[in-house]
Amino acid sequence: MSGEAIAFYVLAAVTLGSGLVVVTSKNMVHSAAALVPAFLGATGLYILLNAEFVAGIQVLIYAGAITVLILFAIMLTEGGTGLGSRQRNEQAVVGTAVAAAMAALLIVVATRTGWTAGSGTLPPYTPGAIGQSFLRQNILVFEGTSVVLLISLMGAILIARRED
Amino acid sequence: MGWIWDVLRAIVGTIIIFSAVAFIAVMFGVLLERKISAWMQSRLGPKHVGPQGLLQTVADTIKLLQKENIVPSRADRLIFASAVIVVPLAALLDYVVIPFGTTRSGPLIFRDLNIGVLYFAATSSLVVVGILMAGWGSNNKYALLGGMRSAAQMVTYEIPIGLALVTVALMAGSLSTVTIVNGQARLWYIVTQPVAFLIFLVAATAEVNRVPFDLVEAESELVAGYFSEYSGMRFALFQLGEYGEMFAMAAMAVTLFLGGWRGPVLPPVLWFVIKLYALIFVFMWVRWTYPRFRIDQMLNFSWKILIPVSVLNLVVTAFFAVVVHR
Repeated sequence: MSGEAIAFYVLAAVTLGSGLVVVTSKNMVHSAAALVPAFLGATGLYILLNAEFVAGIQVLIYAGAITVLILFAIMLTEGGTGLGSRQRNEQAVVGTAVAAAMAALLIVVATRTGWTAGSGTLPPYTPGAIGQSFLRQNILVFEGTSVVLLISLMGAILIARRED
Repeated sequence: MGWIWDVLRAIVGTIIIFSAVAFIAVMFGVLLERKISAWMQSRLGPKHVGPQGLLQTVADTIKLLQKENIVPSRADRLIFASAVIVVPLAALLDYVVIPFGTTRSGPLIFRDLNIGVLYFAATSSLVVVGILMAGWGSNNKYALLGGMRSAAQMVTYEIPIGLALVTVALMAGSLSTVTIVNGQARLWYIVTQPVAFLIFLVAATAEVNRVPFDLVEAESELVAGYFSEYSGMRFALFQLGEYGEMFAMAAMAVTLFLGGWRGPVLPPVLWFVIKLYALIFVFMWVRWTYPRFRIDQMLNFSWKILIPVSVLNLVVTAFFAVVVHR
C-alpha cells in the first residue's frame, strides 16, 4: 500500500469515527467537540488532493469558528448537555427505511460513476487562481453569496436588538 | 517507501518544536516575566535557584510534575482531559510556518507552505476550542465564565488579526511567510504598514489573553478562569499553551512586519531571536503597566475601532498596491 492510501484510510477512519460520535453521543457537548476531529480529518483529505487553500479555510471556518459557535450556543442554553431531555421519537422504523433507501441510492450512484480524472494541470499557487475565478467567471455567485451573508448579519442584529 | 521518512521527519520535527517551545519559550518566558515584573515593581524576583534564579522555572516544572492530578468529582472527565491536549497542540502547530533564519541551503523553516499566513490564522484559532472545553469540562462557574469570555474575545479579535495578515499578504503578493520576509529586503513592512502593525500587536495581545485583555483569567473575578480546576502537569500544559501562543504571535509579528531574520552583520537566526525577545519585552511591559479592561470596553474596542480601522487600512493598501503602483 502506498503512503497516500494509508493516509487516506487513516483520515477516513478519523472522519467517520468522530462523525459517528457526533450523531450517537447523548451528550451534546461531546457531539460538538467530536466535530473538531471530523473537520480536521476532512482537512487532511483536502491536503491529499493538493487543495491547500481549501484545507486552511476548512480549519479556520469549520474547526475554529463553527465549532466554537456551536459550543457557545450549547453552553448558553439552559440544560446545556441535553442529557436530561428525550432525544428519540417513535419514528425509528420510518427513519431506518429512509436511511437505507438513501444509502442504496448513494452506493449505486457512486459505483456507477466513472470517476475519470479531469484534464489539465493544477495551478502552482492556488489562492491566486481561486481569487481569479471568484472575480472573473464566478463573480455573480460570489456577489450573491456576499449579499446573503449581509442579509443574515442584518437579520441577526434586528433579532438581537428587538427589545429596544 | 519515501512516506515513512516523511512520517519520521514529522515526528522528529514535533519533538524539536515541543522541546524548543517548552524550554526557550515557556520556561525562559516565565522566568523573564517574573524578572521583568520584579524590575518594574522595584523587587528582585526569583534569586535563589541557580545563578540569579535562572533555574527557578525548571524547579517549578519538576515540582508540578510530581503533584497529584486532581479531577473534580462532577467534571466531564473526557472533555476535562482532552482540553489539556488541544490548547498546547494548537500553539505548537503555529511554529510550522515560522521562518527562524537562513542557512546555506535555504530558509530555516519546517514547511514553507504556500498558504503560510492562512495556516497560522487557522491553527491559532483552534486554541479557543480547547479553552471552551476546559471551561465547560471543569463544571465550575468561574471556569465556565472564563471559557465563555475567551470565546467571545478570541472570535472578536480574530477578525482584526486576519485583516492585518491580509494587508501584509497583499503587500507581498503571497501568503507564504518566506516570500513575505523576502519582500522586506529593502524596507520592513512596519515602515509602510504601521497601522497594520499596531492592530496586529493589540489584537495579538487579546488573542493570547494577556493584560489588558486578560478577562479570561482575571484573578480578582474568576480565580484563574478556565484552568481554575487543573492541577499539576495539566496546569503546566496550559501554561505551555499560553506562553507558546504568545511566542508564536511575537514570532509572526517579527516575520510580517520586522523583516524576519533580516539584519546587518549578525547571523540571521540571532537577528530573529533579538527581534522576537524585543517584542516579548513589549508584551510584558504592557502587562505590568496597564490595568484590565472591562468586558464591554474590550468588545466595543474591537468592533467599533479596530475592525473599521483595519478594513480602511486594507482598502487603502489595496488601492495603492493595485492602482498606484501598477
